[in-house]
Amino acid sequence: MNTFRFGDEEIPAEPGQSIGAALIAAGHRAWRTTRHTGEPRGIFCGIGICFDCLVTVNDRPGQRACLTEAQPGDRVTPQEGAGRGHLAV
Amino acid sequence: MVTSRYDIAVLGAGPAGLAAAAAAHQAGKHTVLIDGNPRVGGQYWRHRPGDQGAGHHDWAELRRLLAIVSGADVVTGQQVWHVERTEDGFTLHGPDLRCRTLIVATGGYDRQLPFPGWTLPGVVTAGGAQALLKGQNVLVGKEIVVAGTGPFLLPVAAGLAEAGARVVGVYEAGEPRGFARRPAALLANPAKLVEGAGYLRTFARHRIPYHTNRTVVAAQGKNRVESVTVAELDRHWRARPDTERTLNCDAIAVGYGFTPQLEIPLQLGCAARLDADGSLVATADGQQRASVPGVYLAGEVCGIGGADLSLVEGELAGLHAADALADRPRLARLLRRRRTLRAFAAAMHATYPVKPGWLTWSEPETLLCRCEEITLRTARKAVHDLGASDARGVKLLARPGMGLCQGRVCGYATACLVAHERGRSVTATDLQGMSARPIAAPITLGQLTQLGQPSKED
Amino acid sequence: MLVIGAGMVGAACAYHCAEAGLRVTVVDRGAVAGGTTSGGEGNILVSDKEPGPELDLALLSIRKWRELGERVGPALLELEAKGGVVVAQNAETSAGLAELAKAQRDNGITAHEISPAELAELEPNLTREVASGVHYPQDMQVQPMLAAAQLLRHSGARVRTGVEVQAVRRNTSGALTGVRTSAGDIAADWVINAAGTWGGDLASLAGAPVPVLPRKGFVLVTEPLPRVIRHKVYTADYVANVASGDAGLETSVVVEGTRAGTVLIGASRERVGFDRRFSLAVLRKLAAQAIGIFPFLAEVTLLRGYLGFRPYCPDHLPVIGPDPRVPGLVHACGHEGAGIGLAAATGHLIAQALTGATPELDLTPFRPDRFGQEAR
Repeated sequence: MNTFRFGDEEIPAEPGQSIGAALIAAGHRAWRTTRHTGEPRGIFCGIGICFDCLVTVNDRPGQRACLTEAQPGDRVTPQEGAGRGHLAV
Repeated sequence: MVTSRYDIAVLGAGPAGLAAAAAAHQAGKHTVLIDGNPRVGGQYWRHRPGDQGAGHHDWAELRRLLAIVSGADVVTGQQVWHVERTEDGFTLHGPDLRCRTLIVATGGYDRQLPFPGWTLPGVVTAGGAQALLKGQNVLVGKEIVVAGTGPFLLPVAAGLAEAGARVVGVYEAGEPRGFARRPAALLANPAKLVEGAGYLRTFARHRIPYHTNRTVVAAQGKNRVESVTVAELDRHWRARPDTERTLNCDAIAVGYGFTPQLEIPLQLGCAARLDADGSLVATADGQQRASVPGVYLAGEVCGIGGADLSLVEGELAGLHAADALADRPRLARLLRRRRTLRAFAAAMHATYPVKPGWLTWSEPETLLCRCEEITLRTARKAVHDLGASDARGVKLLARPGMGLCQGRVCGYATACLVAHERGRSVTATDLQGMSARPIAAPITLGQLTQLGQPSKED
Repeated sequence: MLVIGAGMVGAACAYHCAEAGLRVTVVDRGAVAGGTTSGGEGNILVSDKEPGPELDLALLSIRKWRELGERVGPALLELEAKGGVVVAQNAETSAGLAELAKAQRDNGITAHEISPAELAELEPNLTREVASGVHYPQDMQVQPMLAAAQLLRHSGARVRTGVEVQAVRRNTSGALTGVRTSAGDIAADWVINAAGTWGGDLASLAGAPVPVLPRKGFVLVTEPLPRVIRHKVYTADYVANVASGDAGLETSVVVEGTRAGTVLIGASRERVGFDRRFSLAVLRKLAAQAIGIFPFLAEVTLLRGYLGFRPYCPDHLPVIGPDPRVPGLVHACGHEGAGIGLAAATGHLIAQALTGATPELDLTPFRPDRFGQEAR
């Protein structure tokens, strides 16, 4: 088992497992809020089609959790809105 | 940089793509098989590293095909985001390579209909629940409601139950008994009957209730799904009054048929048409050729028909693309099999139609487009106040389909909505207006600037 | 009167003419705002115009757009008076830009020359590799499809989509009396040619040729972002490109945010006829130029790209007003890449011309019969 960091948590992941699957296995259902109404979202299609499960991985926002393989030591953060708040002017 | 030049490139490594690549490679063509997933197999044979095939159908067939294509080039984990036509073939971008002939076998994904609460975390597509299980060894919930329409709900529910979830119930919106009225197609496909019987035995063993004419019309919960409302449907799929029941669950797996993944054929200008199941499909001729010279189609992209049909169409596409037509008995056998399986698919589509009553399940504030958070009310206003007359018009004026998924999820529902509001049927133009995606997979602007140009030498 | 074309220009004509008391019907062979308008960016610019008739028209149009915003509501049109910022990236361009800005100021445009430090304040995400800039507070942005649809709605005009004009009808003295369409005959005292890129075809159908040609342009759209760019920001080379007669590909990038959160990157200019093919080479060039002025864009995801055809005349001026060759025929087309911006003034001037008022601007430079032989 590898682990990656999600907020304050260490999330276990089987080798080759996606970040999204590992988060679900750890009991999480949502890790993103929408841009307009702040609704929580998590995995919907599970196969890279819907872009609902976006997370920020090692400071890169907009990664599809269902497709992104968890790497040991990854820092995964929930994504608020577009996930690029630091660019806002 | 674009360096390699292949005789044949096959997009998608599900049953159709594997069969196509195997046939082309065996015919001596320099072949490459490309898939965006980390492993080949597609949705049908989605598996984990080291998977020995337990719980998979036709695993031996996958092993056989894999043994053949291992001699060809296989590129996984890279999505093709654009294909350009060149004077003597095609240039692919994603994995950057060139080919003389292209076989598109990109499959499809679950088709969705909005209902109140469908954006709650824990509501997933039927295919998504299956992918999490088969590809990731993860159950999407402990108590799962499976809903939608079509035979695909059966293996999804059976798989979830076998893996230890409590399947609260399977809610089939349609009326599969209608199959009895089309016995010819069924009798010609006894394997399908046996398969269905197998799922029903699993259902009995796990005490999974299977309901027809019923579906999930709403989901409730705070920040995640906690319960669903199921209701009996009339023949138009409107909920019958006083039939609503609330069931506790922590996940819903839902799907209303499939949407073919047509980005690449549409980029190349291939003709498309409305199929019997209401999907936009690329038009293939008897030799699996698309309308654009050099492009072949196999599997769900030219009509949703399941894995068996995909295998046959893939093999035919591979043989024709490779011009390997000497084995007449083999071709004749494949053509016969394709005819039988297409008849079965047609019977299936006739049995599991989506009816317009689903529009009545939603509130005006229910989201139509999950990405841009566009409500049904806003979309309807685009039709009635702003004069949108087709799906593209609604998209331009109200933005459903303009977000990250580019209409992959809401395209079908948007087309149905505008057609309904205008008092007409959905057209291929409606669906095409939600399906044109010149960038088929996400790339950064930085990656775009590093794009390789094909060199003249190779 | 009958307006042919339910795009931005047709909608502005319908709105102003209805307001002036005319009874208006609009037909379009396609959908509302589904043709030339749908391929545009929504620029309402004075900054890219050199002194001359087009600049006068642009200044009038800025005023009319403000009025439309007040009447219809800026939010319904997604009309934003965001201003434009033009950036010079080397000393030579900087000098040329300053010269243009001075000439524009002499002709009524507000144009503030600004230093690199002031640029960084106006646009914090802009590259620091800049020589100088000019701030044009009058430039505006609108969502073109929405604006067209809303103006049509507010005009009260009868809008008939999916109706194609097949022929014109005339009386014995040659004046237009209406058109024959795929949905039957429509009678009208005035027929307005607002057919965008197809304006030339319609003019020929009516027996009064006008040379309207397509210029192809690509626009890139990014993933949705927070507000990262405040103005319409473009490189000074843009000005040279707009007036160019060169047929080859030109790109000089315009970058801006939208209300929806996406960043638009436009636009290339190619004179290649109605070629709808996608060109990755063009897209790559646009992306590189955009990253050149906003480096953060390198990490931003491309969502889609679209292309449109800008209807242009050989002298790069639109065709506006009644056609003396065919009584009853009125043109409102050929605005090239500025049709959205110039639509408000065009509609206003046509309403004045049709109701006997003296047009607020001299229409002579825009007259339809100015082309002579080249129209054929």
